[in-house]
Amino acid sequence: MTDNNIERPEGRVVPARVVGTPPAAGPSLGEEPVHAPPGDPGVVEQDPAAARRAERVVALLFTIAFLAGAGFIASYVTFQVGDIDSTATSNFALGGTLTLALLSLAIGITVWVRQIMPKYNLVQERHAMVSDPETREYVKETFLQGANESGFVKHGLLRRTLLLAAAPLGLAPLVLLKDLGPLPGTVLRHTVWGKPTENGKPRRLVVEGTGQPIRAADFNSPGGILSVVPEGYEHDLNELAKATLILLKLRQEEFKSGTNLNWTHDGIVAYSKICTHVGCPAALYEQTTHHILCPCHQSTFDAADGAKVIFGPAARPLPQLPIGIDDEGYLIAKSDFHVPVGPSFWERGDAEAEARETKS
Amino acid sequence: MIGTGISVKSTTARRRHPLARVAVVALALGLLGGGYALAAPNGSTADAAIASGKADDTAQGKSLFVAHCASCHGMNAEGTDKAPTLIGVGAAAVDFQVSSGRMPMGDAGPQALRKPRPEWATDEAISQLAAYVQSLGGGPTIPTADQVDPAQGDPAKGGELFRANCIQCHNFTGSGGALTYGKHAPTLNPATPTEIYEAMITGPQAMPVFNDTTISPEQKRDMIAYITHVRKQVDPGGSGLMRIGPVTEGLVAWIAGIGLLSLAAIWITAKRRRVKA
Repeated sequence: MTDNNIERPEGRVVPARVVGTPPAAGPSLGEEPVHAPPGDPGVVEQDPAAARRAERVVALLFTIAFLAGAGFIASYVTFQVGDIDSTATSNFALGGTLTLALLSLAIGITVWVRQIMPKYNLVQERHAMVSDPETREYVKETFLQGANESGFVKHGLLRRTLLLAAAPLGLAPLVLLKDLGPLPGTVLRHTVWGKPTENGKPRRLVVEGTGQPIRAADFNSPGGILSVVPEGYEHDLNELAKATLILLKLRQEEFKSGTNLNWTHDGIVAYSKICTHVGCPAALYEQTTHHILCPCHQSTFDAADGAKVIFGPAARPLPQLPIGIDDEGYLIAKSDFHVPVGPSFWERGDAEAEARETKS
Repeated sequence: MIGTGISVKSTTARRRHPLARVAVVALALGLLGGGYALAAPNGSTADAAIASGKADDTAQGKSLFVAHCASCHGMNAEGTDKAPTLIGVGAAAVDFQVSSGRMPMGDAGPQALRKPRPEWATDEAISQLAAYVQSLGGGPTIPTADQVDPAQGDPAKGGELFRANCIQCHNFTGSGGALTYGKHAPTLNPATPTEIYEAMITGPQAMPVFNDTTISPEQKRDMIAYITHVRKQVDPGGSGLMRIGPVTEGLVAWIAGIGLLSLAAIWITAKRRRVKA
């Protein structure tokens, strides 16, 4: 870097100003650092040979950053977006070059600081948080002067109307809390399975995804499972969040006492798909063990025993839907669920006990 | 053309080469053996001839069954306390279990796993075994190539059915997942279209059955189209991380990503040990 030094007629060497730095009014650039006088015991100078090696590394990294940066501009021009493949290529080229440029720049600067600059401990003085007494006195005086000039105390009418004007604005946020409601009422207790259909016939069970009604005689392979939704609500996600079922076909002799056999038809049983813990879709069904597993928290239900909880955090069995067949042999819901489906809610109470009472 | 061919002198030299005798004997033996193999009654042709008859296929299957399956499933496939009966499971179940290497089951575990087939389980042997089991009590049959051709299916429709019926266990890209008590739903990636179809109609092990009257063969083909289509999709990030979603993605982000950032932060601010002057 000796080229930067200009020979003056007087024979004095004045370093030229480096591009992008302030004019050398004080200590000139290129001199030894002022913070760290050599020979100070607290200052560790870098080993000159190591510093020279590091300088080459940093220069190389900066060159890479330059090339990658230029590559970013070139990629922007070269790789045009359009279909998926060309967009992917463009993304890869832009992201790759920009990453390389910023990373080399960052590593270069870090190496520069760590291996070229001298090392020493610097104590940074901090001033007290509090303002000095004169300033505080001045602020206090100004405030009092302004308050007195406004006549806030003297003009009672102004003061009272101002407070009146502020009152509704203060209350407004409280009123807006109403939007958190309305209270659910009985919405969580019922599903569309209990709603009457347009033609007055009982509501059929249809296959999720195809919307086909299910003939009981067709669902005849033991170990079968279907994900089922109510006819007419195949795409109503709000209703499906409560009404979706899993329909299982078991051998008649596999049922245990927990299942209400009056609510089954020829070994076909329907349970709510909504886990009673926090409402995940519980449908990992094993036909050998009749376990229904919920993937979220591993609640496990025994499908042969009324979906009784046999493992995990769920507190109640999956509600069973009473099903039967219509005169054409298609599976229908005989009524709504007798207990609310899904997780607990504030007003739920002991719905199971209520259901038992109404039955008896 | 003199000079291009093999000269008399070099031919003579080759005849006298120490290995020449060995080569001649080997050639003679090879010709003799090959000739005999061509002339003699051919074993495999005979088998094929027998196999063309349905009854003989079944008989062949029965002997395979007795040799490889009967120790667990019983001499007449009636089932034992070790394994269930195979009466009525159908040819599709046999083809699925044996062609995927799950049967014969190796060691006892929560479930039978896919593994390389044993040597005897050739395609022909499997079809004979399947014919025998089919003859015992009917059941689902092996689908035709047309029924499982992904090119004829609609992946979009299949995807909808797959998401409604399969992903709870097999994951949205068919990567598989955990079940109860040490069992798991296997990944669908190594499965052939035929095996996928057979698994749906037979419900192997813990898997439920999706019979043809509720999920039609065309809908099954749509699902096969979806499953095979998803395999071909490129992972935009370069690595799908086993395609099991936020579990591996989070693990990599936390361990690798944040780990690297911490190391970088340590490197930037670390003090070098002072060298004594």
